[in-house]
Amino acid sequence: MRTLLYLLRKEFSQIVRNRLIVRAIFILPLLQMLVLVPAVTFEIKDVRITISDGDLSQSSRQIASMLDGSEFFTVTGYAASANEAAASMSKGECDVIVSFLPGFEKNIITGTGSVMQVTVNAINAVSAQLTWAYINAIIRDYSMAMADEAQVVAGQTFSPPVKISTRYWYNSSLDYKYYMLPGVLVILVTAIGFLLSGLNMVREKETGTIEQMNVTPVRKYQFIMSKMIPFLIIGLIELSLGLIIGRIAFGIPFEGSLFTMFLGATLFLAGLLGLALFISSFSDTQQQYMFIAFFFTMIFILMSGIFTPAESMPAWAQNLNIANPVAHLMKINRMVMLKGSDISDITPELKALTVIALLFTLLAVLSYRKRA
Amino acid sequence: MKRFLGFVRKEFIHIFRDYRTLVILFGIPATQIIIFGYVVSNDLKSAGIAILDQSRDEITVAVSSAITASGFFHIAAEPRSEAEIDAVFRKGDIKAVIIFGNGFGKRLLTEGVADVAIIADGSEPNVANLVNGYTTAIINGYLTGLMQNGPGVKMPVVPEVKMLYNPELRSHFMFVPGVITLILILVCALMTSVTITREKESGTMEVLLVSPLRPVQIILGKVAPYFILSFVNVIVILLLSYFVFRLPVKGSMVLLLAECMLYILMGLSLGIFISTTVATMQQAIFISFLGLLLPSLLLSGFIFPIEYMPGIYDYISFILPPRWFVVIIKSIMIKGSGLGDIWRETLFILAATILFIGLSIRKFKNRLE
Repeated sequence: MRTLLYLLRKEFSQIVRNRLIVRAIFILPLLQMLVLVPAVTFEIKDVRITISDGDLSQSSRQIASMLDGSEFFTVTGYAASANEAAASMSKGECDVIVSFLPGFEKNIITGTGSVMQVTVNAINAVSAQLTWAYINAIIRDYSMAMADEAQVVAGQTFSPPVKISTRYWYNSSLDYKYYMLPGVLVILVTAIGFLLSGLNMVREKETGTIEQMNVTPVRKYQFIMSKMIPFLIIGLIELSLGLIIGRIAFGIPFEGSLFTMFLGATLFLAGLLGLALFISSFSDTQQQYMFIAFFFTMIFILMSGIFTPAESMPAWAQNLNIANPVAHLMKINRMVMLKGSDISDITPELKALTVIALLFTLLAVLSYRKRA
Repeated sequence: MKRFLGFVRKEFIHIFRDYRTLVILFGIPATQIIIFGYVVSNDLKSAGIAILDQSRDEITVAVSSAITASGFFHIAAEPRSEAEIDAVFRKGDIKAVIIFGNGFGKRLLTEGVADVAIIADGSEPNVANLVNGYTTAIINGYLTGLMQNGPGVKMPVVPEVKMLYNPELRSHFMFVPGVITLILILVCALMTSVTITREKESGTMEVLLVSPLRPVQIILGKVAPYFILSFVNVIVILLLSYFVFRLPVKGSMVLLLAECMLYILMGLSLGIFISTTVATMQQAIFISFLGLLLPSLLLSGFIFPIEYMPGIYDYISFILPPRWFVVIIKSIMIKGSGLGDIWRETLFILAATILFIGLSIRKFKNRLE
């Protein structure tokens, strides 16, 4: 135990000595959280529409001004021809083209039904779908109003038979900050923990100081522990700072218990640092380690369901994800923070993290050889 | 010139000697593109939901089966009362609960109106939005079909949609260009930032500084080999996105390659610039990785469109070359745009490149004095 304490003291003084790294560990992430968390929203607003009006009738103008009047759309241009409209789309000057063919109004009046063509830039499939859904809703309202008018004359009213009411729990206004903060926090903790611990180990190899450790009576597990514990603590501090920022700067509630969250985070960091040290035993240079770490962090992060729903991945990827510690921490963070889930709710995730932590720590101890 | 070529040769030898890094260098981008192209998507596929049916009549059973048959959802929990909903959400298996009130079918048939409530999990707003949109559409679609027998009303205006550039609405079109942008800048900046700090840390930089090579030559000599490597990388990635993901190249191939060259040159000069500001490899890795990863991921419009961000981010992301490159690569590949459509974006990347190179050379001179 005393040996371990001395080793820990050495590690800490080495870390603190390196001013630039200390700054990079704390200031860079916090700054990024402050700037990046409020950045993301997926609220459709001010989508740019070009109108290509071949009818120039009262109805077509009315629809155009209805679209322009909605908070989701702005009419940014009128094209004289279909070609001109297509060109403005290709230049990126508009996202949607709404075109009315000649005879648009006549067909409404005669009751044959008029077609309005909507062309959406669908490179981003999700926003294209949302855009289309909103346009559709606006046109439906317009149509209903017209139909109602016609039917009032005939002595009937037309209204939709089913009323659908939607509520959003845990984040009633769908504030994206609630969603981003846990995500960005997990990414930062992951990247810092993974880079720091592994680079530290490889650096000892590269500069040869590891030889000096090898000839001391320090046991393998003690050495590995001394390389894990400091970074585990740094990771937890990072997490606490992030939560404080979330509370103070963004007013994000914390529904669950801090103990549950830190239990999850500790298990997560043990697994992550174990993996980092395991990988570092295969790398001779910091450059090699860096690229492997880059590979793993990217895969862990993008597969974790931070920005895209994990359920949308193919079944094999979801199975692989059981070994992805970031995915588990991600779920735990969001569930504990926003929904107030307790230990019994997140038992599957905690179990998975425990297995990952034990496995990788064991591998790290076993793969470290005290011989050159 | 001969001196310069000798220096470049030395750099190549350094790179090829470390075959492990080389394998990683080429392996990583290719694997990542494949993984992300296949795995990551924003679509809704088989999301878990729960249906709380307090009525259990013919119509609600039929609507429920229409929802599960759509392929977007599966039933992942069965709460028996509204009181149990919170507990089900807290386990995290479902994204939404659809509630049919008592006597839904009877009211619909006799009174002509009925209520459905959807409770969606707001902790993932994107998913909540999509789930809400899809279920609403399915319920409305089913009931409209049912009501056709009653007094049908013909809609006076029927909107018709054409999904331009991506008619099948595949998320590859977003993610593949995004991943290319992200990986290229990270790999390029990491490579060069490490190579120069390595010389500093091992003390060989002093040797280079006292050699008759000029700072420009040292920097260019460091960039040249990595430029060639990265360009090979670009070609591998483009071939993969073409053959594996059927991502078209509608515009000019020459223009696409030229833009890629400019972008990797920018990434490499950024790496050089970072290396002139730090002392150790560890610092270089930290600054390039931590500093670039999240901003390029979030502010490039790769996953989250910049148009929807609060106004100020339009300016913040202005200084980020990945933002411009995402536009360039998508325009050329998917829209078939020419240089005339994207000259502004190209100019920004060019300006960033010149800025980084200029700053690095200045910093370098300072060290000599």
